[in-house]
Amino acid sequence: MSQPKSSPALDEARLRQQAIGAKLRQIFDDVVNEPVPDEFLDILRRADARTPETGG
Amino acid sequence: MNDAPRAARADDPTRDALFKTELVVLIPHLRAFARTLTGDPTAADDLAQDAMMKAWDARASFEMGTNMKAWTFMILRNQFYSEKRRSWRQSQLDQEAAERTLVAIDDPGAPVALDELRLGLGMLPSEQREALVLVGAGGFAYEEAAEICGCAVGTVKSRVSRARRALQGILERGDYDRDGAAAGEAMGSILAHAERLSIVR
Repeated sequence: MSQPKSSPALDEARLRQQAIGAKLRQIFDDVVNEPVPDEFLDILRRADARTPETGG
Repeated sequence: MNDAPRAARADDPTRDALFKTELVVLIPHLRAFARTLTGDPTAADDLAQDAMMKAWDARASFEMGTNMKAWTFMILRNQFYSEKRRSWRQSQLDQEAAERTLVAIDDPGAPVALDELRLGLGMLPSEQREALVLVGAGGFAYEEAAEICGCAVGTVKSRVSRARRALQGILERGDYDRDGAAAGEAMGSILAHAERLSIVR
């Protein structure tokens, strides 16, 4: 690598990538932190009830 | 009677309960991944529900103690692409979803940078977008992302780095489809936001 490890242009690029990365995580985490709609658990509960009891 | 050699049986109620508990914890993450794949909240929740049910139905084939998050993400991703293939109207639907998104962000009070990054993300080829999301936001290692996407680790690495470069270019040039936005503004506001969060430096 002939390129110096740190140059203003590289620092700037790194800064921008870090900023994009932070924003991307925020977009994702915002959805993760949303309350899960009841529908999800309802569907799972119905599926669970559908499962035949065992051992009987 | 003791013919079955496997300890993990599909009809084991204790195992099912354990599986279900772990699956419920993953729902928010499945919703988030689905949102980035579809770009549309309603379609995303449909997809996440389908994936959740597929995972539940396939619970017997899951090896408890292994990475359930990666396993469910793989199911969701496969579901997304098989639906995409089935639907010949998908490009039209994508267009409609994009228009809805654009209308939704036409609110001048809406936080700008987030939506611009979202639009930029939507412009990436899907294989770059999913790689970037899995590694950059989903918390997966390159190896796990490769397993989820069914490709080589090196392929994921190059997709992530291409996605990062492309996204930066889109944001700096203001290439995303939005009327009246000045080039470079998106990158500026994203940088400003990151500095506010003190994540940068």
